[in-house]
Amino acid sequence: MTYTWLYAVAPAGPEPSPPKGAPGGVADEHPRTVAAADLLAVVGSVPDADFDSDALQRHLGDPQWLERAVRAHHRVVSATATGGRALPVRFGTVYRDDDRVRALLAAHADDIRAALSDIADRTEWGVKAYLDRAHPDGADDAGSGADRPAGDRPGTAYLLRRRTARDRAEHALTDAAGQARQVHLALSGLADRSTEHPPQPTEATGVRDPMLLNGAYLVHRSRAAEFARTVEALRARHGPALRLELTGPWPPYSFAALPTAGDGAR
Amino acid sequence: MTTEELAPELRQRDVALVDLLDRLLAGGVVIAGEITLSIADIDLVRISLRALIASVSSLVDPGGSDGGAAP
Repeated sequence: MTYTWLYAVAPAGPEPSPPKGAPGGVADEHPRTVAAADLLAVVGSVPDADFDSDALQRHLGDPQWLERAVRAHHRVVSATATGGRALPVRFGTVYRDDDRVRALLAAHADDIRAALSDIADRTEWGVKAYLDRAHPDGADDAGSGADRPAGDRPGTAYLLRRRTARDRAEHALTDAAGQARQVHLALSGLADRSTEHPPQPTEATGVRDPMLLNGAYLVHRSRAAEFARTVEALRARHGPALRLELTGPWPPYSFAALPTAGDGAR
Repeated sequence: MTTEELAPELRQRDVALVDLLDRLLAGGVVIAGEITLSIADIDLVRISLRALIASVSSLVDPGGSDGGAAP
């Protein structure tokens, strides 16, 4: 027996959504489409024994399974959702069968169409900003600490230097955080919508520098080039103390929401 | 886990994994279904992810220690 895993929803149109040579899905299955109410769902048949809620929970605790599944989901969504034609569906959405999918498409058709028009012709871009500790504005070389009067005891100068260094590091962080805000504001101005994901912890990035911005921006096709140029300009203005990283184009994961269901789901 | 198996795939794509999880686990449209990941499941994923990332970054950054993975 199989369940039906949902990847994306698109308007039923002239081009069938999943291209013929589409990549394999979360269970290595061949994705296919289910149609209802002038909408197409990109789905895959997955073995129920692996995808009922208990099995799914077990799998989620297995990092390798998780990575494979997440990447497979992303591959199928990307093959479908380029250019803002399709709405990515939350990872882990599984139905008993195709009929259930058809019923849901029909029941939520208006909301889905509204969500589709929000992302039409738009792409998601990610911009992350890190404080680059290797470039603390040359503060370490300023030498101001060295000439400070040592006072009566030799330890005092050392303690003062330590404190000055710490104050500078704090100042650099605050300053960079302020600049990261400016970056986010500037990019949000070019985007139809923007949002922020929580900064990724250093253990997850493998980068020692703290992340100060993990932004996502929904940008219309006509503004994609301007967006890229702006990122370059911001990089020049705020670097090297603030390091910017651009990712994308992404399917509009961060901006796919049904108008009515949005609140409870978050 | 066998970090050795992970390595070839991750070498070219490890950067995106954490970005991908930001988006996949919190993003995407939710159409009330039957078996959808709950918040608790997402927490489980984060724990699982941390284990994954830890093994990856020890692969990528040999600075930590060179014990870990068998050759």
